[in-house]
Amino acid sequence: MAVQASLDADTERRILAVLAEVPDPEIPVVSVIDLGIVRGVRGGDAPAVLITPTYTGCPATLAITASVRLALDAAGFVDLPIETVLSPPWNTDWISERGRQQLKDYGIAPPPRGSHARSLRGADMVECPRCGSEKTVEVSRFGSTPCKALWRCTQCLEPFDRFKCH
Amino acid sequence: MPSLPTIQPGDVAEADRASHAGAFDAPAVEAHRDAIVEYCIRLGDDSLILGQRLCEWCGHAPVLEVELSLANLGLDLIGQATFLLDLAGELEGRGRDGDAIAFHRDVLAFRNCLMVEQPNGDFAQTIARQFLFSTYQLALFEALTRSVEPRLAEIAAKAVKEVRYHAELAAQWVVRLGDGTDESRERMIDGLDWFWRFVDELFQMDPIEQALADRGIAVDKAALRGGFDATIAKVLDEATISLPVYPRAVVGGRKGHHSEHLGHLLAVMQYLPRTYPDASW
Repeated sequence: MAVQASLDADTERRILAVLAEVPDPEIPVVSVIDLGIVRGVRGGDAPAVLITPTYTGCPATLAITASVRLALDAAGFVDLPIETVLSPPWNTDWISERGRQQLKDYGIAPPPRGSHARSLRGADMVECPRCGSEKTVEVSRFGSTPCKALWRCTQCLEPFDRFKCH
Repeated sequence: MPSLPTIQPGDVAEADRASHAGAFDAPAVEAHRDAIVEYCIRLGDDSLILGQRLCEWCGHAPVLEVELSLANLGLDLIGQATFLLDLAGELEGRGRDGDAIAFHRDVLAFRNCLMVEQPNGDFAQTIARQFLFSTYQLALFEALTRSVEPRLAEIAAKAVKEVRYHAELAAQWVVRLGDGTDESRERMIDGLDWFWRFVDELFQMDPIEQALADRGIAVDKAALRGGFDATIAKVLDEATISLPVYPRAVVGGRKGHHSEHLGHLLAVMQYLPRTYPDASW
């Protein structure tokens, strides 16, 4: 099924519903919508799905484009192109409340809302996603993916990932 | 007498924007296409080569956290290179993309500065290079976010947030090693002494970049030197080590005059795409 030249509100809703089911390849509990990677659906003469990378070198960007493509194809939006936009640059305030909760449940300390504007070292308390303690220390500023830092809880002694404020 | 056209609000804004460029130079971006391609390649090559160098630490770093840090930095830099070289290829219009520019050029065609191609040395030497380069790149990209070429500004705005992290990480290590044990201190001083000779080249302007800088497209790097020196002095003071007394500066990378090391790096980096030019992911 080809997509109409200009998208009506209903079609746009359906597209967003399809994308809400596409998980992030590295953090599969959160959708690409809740992570703020999908910037929206452009209507008009040149309709497209707009996505933005989290980090410039994030290797998941290719995987994300591929899984968005697969999901759109499966839903019949075969001719709807995907466009990568850089500006404005992605920041952690674009992660939805639901996304933050999902990160926490998954064992990743989410960035507090509004934190991207503050210093990276910031005075923000980092709460252990396992026991809720605020007695935590940074082990490494870089973790298993570009968007995460490695932290440790001095209360329950468990290590955990922290989504970096960005 | 002919009447003058009425001045529209948009005209005033345009005149303001053009004030540094000379109103009749517009559209600057179109007229300076070749120079912008060259500029993108210089910036992109710096990121690409340093990214490749940092990846050489994979499996060799002193501790796991450092391993992760250096690989992440390398990844960010290669991400920058992808955007910059893709843009160069697009503006050039000869059908090359970022990969073609990165993998199918020979050493003399590379335009990176000499600092980034130098071997890693020990960990302190790698940190010395990162500290100097990231401090410079942070100032550069902060200024480049104000470029009148929107795509360059966009890439800089994206990358600058990551580079801030790089500069901070490297500075912390300089302090930790410099104000550490006798051996770490010795190695930190040696690392800075070695890399200091490549600092001047970072800020060197030539007519190509000057012309772009005059029109607000590129950054006037020479103007960044004062801020750079102040940051370096502050961190070295905290690290309780004095500024390197350096020998004569070495330059030439922007003209393709490279050290022997770059060819060896490219041999590794380009082997696969050169051997199997049609391979794709």
